[in-house]
This record gives sequence, structure tokens and C-alpha cells, in this order.
Amino acid sequence: MNDKNNPLLSVRNLTIHYITDDGLVKAVNDISFDLEKGKTLGLVGETGAGKTTAAFGIMNLVPDPPGKIISGEILINGKDILKLKKNESKKYRGKVASMILQDPMTALNPIITVGEQIAEVCRLHDKLSKADAYIKAAQMLELVGIPSDRIDEYPHQFSGGMKQRVVIAIALACNPQLLIADEPTTALDVTIQAQVLSLIGDLIKKYETSMILITHDLGVVTEICDKVAIMYAGQIVETGDLEAVYEHTKHPYTKGLFGSLPSLSAKAHRLNPIYGSMPDPTNLPNGCAFHPRCPNKMPACENRAPTNTELESGHFVRCLLYE
Amino acid sequence: MYKLLEVKDLKKYYETKNGLLHAVDGVSFSIEEGKTLGVVGESGCGKSTLGRLVIRLIDATDGKIIFDGKDITNVKSKGSLRKEMQIIFQDPFSSLNPRMSVSQIIEEPLKIHKLYYNKAELRSKVRELMDTVGLACRLEDFYPHELDGGRRQRIGIARALALNPRFIVCDEPVSALDVSIQAQILNLMMDLQEERCFTYMFISHDLSVVKHISDEIMVMYLGLVVEKCKADELFEHTLHPYSKALLSVIPEAAIKKKKQKKLIQGEITSPINPKPGCRFAARCSYAGDICDKAAPELKEVTPDHYVSCHFVNEINSL
Repeated sequence: MNDKNNPLLSVRNLTIHYITDDGLVKAVNDISFDLEKGKTLGLVGETGAGKTTAAFGIMNLVPDPPGKIISGEILINGKDILKLKKNESKKYRGKVASMILQDPMTALNPIITVGEQIAEVCRLHDKLSKADAYIKAAQMLELVGIPSDRIDEYPHQFSGGMKQRVVIAIALACNPQLLIADEPTTALDVTIQAQVLSLIGDLIKKYETSMILITHDLGVVTEICDKVAIMYAGQIVETGDLEAVYEHTKHPYTKGLFGSLPSLSAKAHRLNPIYGSMPDPTNLPNGCAFHPRCPNKMPACENRAPTNTELESGHFVRCLLYE
Repeated sequence: MYKLLEVKDLKKYYETKNGLLHAVDGVSFSIEEGKTLGVVGESGCGKSTLGRLVIRLIDATDGKIIFDGKDITNVKSKGSLRKEMQIIFQDPFSSLNPRMSVSQIIEEPLKIHKLYYNKAELRSKVRELMDTVGLACRLEDFYPHELDGGRRQRIGIARALALNPRFIVCDEPVSALDVSIQAQILNLMMDLQEERCFTYMFISHDLSVVKHISDEIMVMYLGLVVEKCKADELFEHTLHPYSKALLSVIPEAAIKKKKQKKLIQGEITSPINPKPGCRFAARCSYAGDICDKAAPELKEVTPDHYVSCHFVNEINSL
């Protein structure tokens, strides 16, 4: 229980907006969650739900302008990283928290060898000498399943799955406490996706790294996560342990997501999709942001925004049905 | 049932500076009218090339395509083919001309084929098509960039339906869409098939989507068909080692049963100048000496279930 009281990461009422010429984009609206050491949280949502913006917030990487962190705190080991100075921030990123980006084709620098790119983080953060960093880079490559004799090759000489392994090697080189993986397998084929997911799973277990896995795929979450948070229009609408959310689904949006998935085991003639499409983040509906698409809409939903309600220990839902 | 499309030993090779690329290397199949053939495989297995070959968007190197009883492999006037066969593309962002409005995009095929001379008639036809695919009429003067992915894909579908074709190749039509929108589009496509008896060739890398929509499924690997059978049969009695691996690694959104995973090692090999022998051998855990020497043929192992593997009987104890 000690871990529960002192989570590694604690996000409190985080709100991030983008101020653009087309209006105020409310990307992340008042999200809060905790992540304990060694645990994995799946952050699930559709395009534009604010998953990536939330991740950039935690990395202290929100582009300003146009992005602005309106309110909230992000505590890592009790320290608010939003209050860090610019040079402290640089030390934090890559050492305490690091990130795996979605597209391995664009995440790597095409004109620098992969070994050099891995060695760079070790030199910067762990102050290794050039020679030591090179040795460390070779070890990291072996760790992610790439023969170390390919250390002097350039990114274009690797396939998509191999490139993602290199990105993982860079992210884990300094043994960070928190790893944020933003759709790490979306650009990969399923057989390669399975290889990469099992690699990430093994490594974070070995080094007791906490991870936030951002994905749109409810299936991927079950492979690797302990907890899951469902995002819609910048808010976490339902969160809890895997079992609570998957087996005792409460929020109408989460139910809609499950209904939209074609099943491999059962033969359903028609899917039950969610009606309509995602709201425009510059012009979110009043009250509950999901009400125009919600099959369980009540008159009150148009006026009053639901608050976070705890149903059972750790299972939170943001919906007026449960208040 | 009537075989609307029949393909025999279709091949497509590309000359590259490193050698001959075998994109599609001798594929045969047929689709009955009103049915859906699902084609699954990973990137580079030749599934999109195959889709483009059968509607003659690209020319085959060898083989035969028979549509509605006629050999269309070398037909010169493709215009008349387009009234019968259409395609829905994967990416609703790049497959629509950004400088044309919704109504212009949908009416273009009608104009090209001179089906309506009267402006009012043309307009009412466009509205009818928009209504069919669930696009509000008020959107007719919008441009693609003003619409979201789901609506854009509906435009692509309306355009494909405009000439009232009998056969539609659907090349990953829902891969670029979010799950809630994906389900809307899949429902729409299945409703349209029921109403108008369309024949689909549905190409996707997503096995659960393919299973949902298909009557028959063909699994491809490096330009070849490795397994072909009825949709349910593939999931109940998977016979080829590649299909088995593919099925076992799909992440399912359920936590009850954890499947025994068969991680396949390594990655897809190059389709340029492939070695003789089974193309999956390098990644296959059952591979024996013969697999490196001779390519297995696609054989009917159980009724209507075709597999190309030397050891299919041993692996599955048939």
C-alpha cells in the first residue's frame, strides 16, 4: 500500500489549450491520474482525444506558443516538473522520463548512424566518454534484439520494426523511471507488433520502469497494461484496473468502443457503432462533451458537466448516470 | 452460384535495379456474385497489387482475369470496365481531389460516362448517392479538407457507387479510420451489399475486420496464397503455420482468455528474386529440408480448404 500513497507519477487537474487563429483548442481538460512504480497505464482514445497532448504535457514538451498549460500539476516523485527551469527540463527528459514516438521512420535522424544516436543520450545524461557510450550503445542494440555489428548502419538500412527497436533502445538507454510510448506499434505489421510489444513488456519488467502506453487499440492494452484510462474530448471518461473497465464497463462511450470492434470469436451480423463523430475541440458541446452521441442521454447532460465518480476502489467514471 | 470473377495464375513482376520483384506470383481464385472475398496479409505481400490487377488499373505480367464470362486481361477499352468494376481506396485524404467539391467528385464518373445530360437530373442523382452513403445534402458544396475521415470515406464510397458497378475492390477502406467510425462504414458497406447484391474483394491487414465482412478468406504471404477457405473455417481450423501465427498475435479486446502466442521470429524477406522453396520457410518453426528446395503447391487439404505447406498433414495431424 505504500506505493499507492507515493505514486511515481501523479497528474493533477491538468488542462492544456492551444491558442490558435481559429480559436481556442481545448485539447486536454482537467485530467488526473496516478501511476505507481513498475505499473503500466494504457491511455486509449480516438484521433483528437488529447492523448498525445497529455503525453507532451508530462514530458514538458508542449509547444508554446500555441500550446499553453492552463492549470494543473505533474508530480514525479513529488516534484512538479512543470516548475522546472529550461535546463533542468533537459536533464529530466531522457533521464527520468523518455518517450517512444509513433512513427519510427521520422523519429530517427537519417544522417546519423543508429549507434551514434543511442550513444548521444548516454553521453548527455550519464556523462559517459565517447568510447564508453559506444560500448553502451552496442549493449543496448543487443538488448533490443539487433546484432551489435549493425551499430554503424544508418536508419534507412533497417526495416520499420527494426527502427522501432532502435527507438526503444534510445528511450531506455539511461534507464528512465517513466516511459511514455505513443502508439509504438501502430505503424507496424501485426507479427512485428507482437514482437515489439513483447520486447517492451520484457524490458520494463526487467528494469521496473513505469509506462504510459498511448494507443487507439483496445486489444493492445490487454497485452501489456495493468490499468487503463479512456479519453474522450480531452477528458478521462473512465479509468480503472483492466478487469474493471473491460468486464464491468460503465461509461456509454467505452461501451460504444467495445461495440464497434468486430469480434474474432463471436459472429455478429451488425456492429453497434457510436453515432456521429468526434466533436470539434474548438467548440466542445456544453455539459457532457459526449452527450450529442450518447445513447443514454438525459436532459441534464446538456447543461451539467459530470464529475469524476468513484464506483468501486480505483474505478472512476465521468458520467451523470452514475452520480 | 455464378462466378462473377475468375482469376487464373495471375502474376505481376516489377523490374528493379536489384532484380525482378515478384509482387504477385501466380494467384488463382474466383468470387461468386454477391459474396465477399477477404484478402489478408502484411505489408508487401502483394494484396493491393492484386486488387489493382483484377480491375485492370495495372497490367498483369501473366495470367488470366475473367469477369462475367469475358476475358478482360488484355481489354483495351477500360472505360466500359469501369461501369462494372470500381475501387474504394485506403486513404480518404489522398484519394480525393482537394480542389473539387463533394458534388463535383461524386458526379465526375457520371459525366465521364455521359450518363446524364440534364443538369437537374445529374444533381438529383448526386443527392441520391449522398443519401445512400449517409452524407447530408448540405455538404455538397464542401471541400474534402472541411470534412472528417469518416465523411471523406463516404465520398469515396459514393463515387465508387455512382456507376452502379457489380464488383468493388475495397483496398483497406477502414484502416485510416477510428474504431467508432470504422464500424459505421463497415455496416454501411454490408447494408449496401445486401440491398444491391454487390460483389466485394475486401483487402485488409486486420483479420477481425476481414472475418466480420467476408464469406471466404485468402491469406497471402510474399505474393502467394498460403491458405484459402471459408471465413469461419479459417478461424476454427487454421492449418498453415503462417496463418496460425497471424491469428495468435492479434491483440483481442478481452481479458478472459489469454491465447498461447506463437511469436514468429524475423521479418518478411525480400520479394526481389525470391529463392526457390517455400517463402515462409525462413520464419517457420516447422520447416524441414524440403521447404528450402521445393515450393509447396496450394492443395485442397479438406473440402474447400486450400493450403500450401509441405507439412500440413503432420502439423495438424490430419
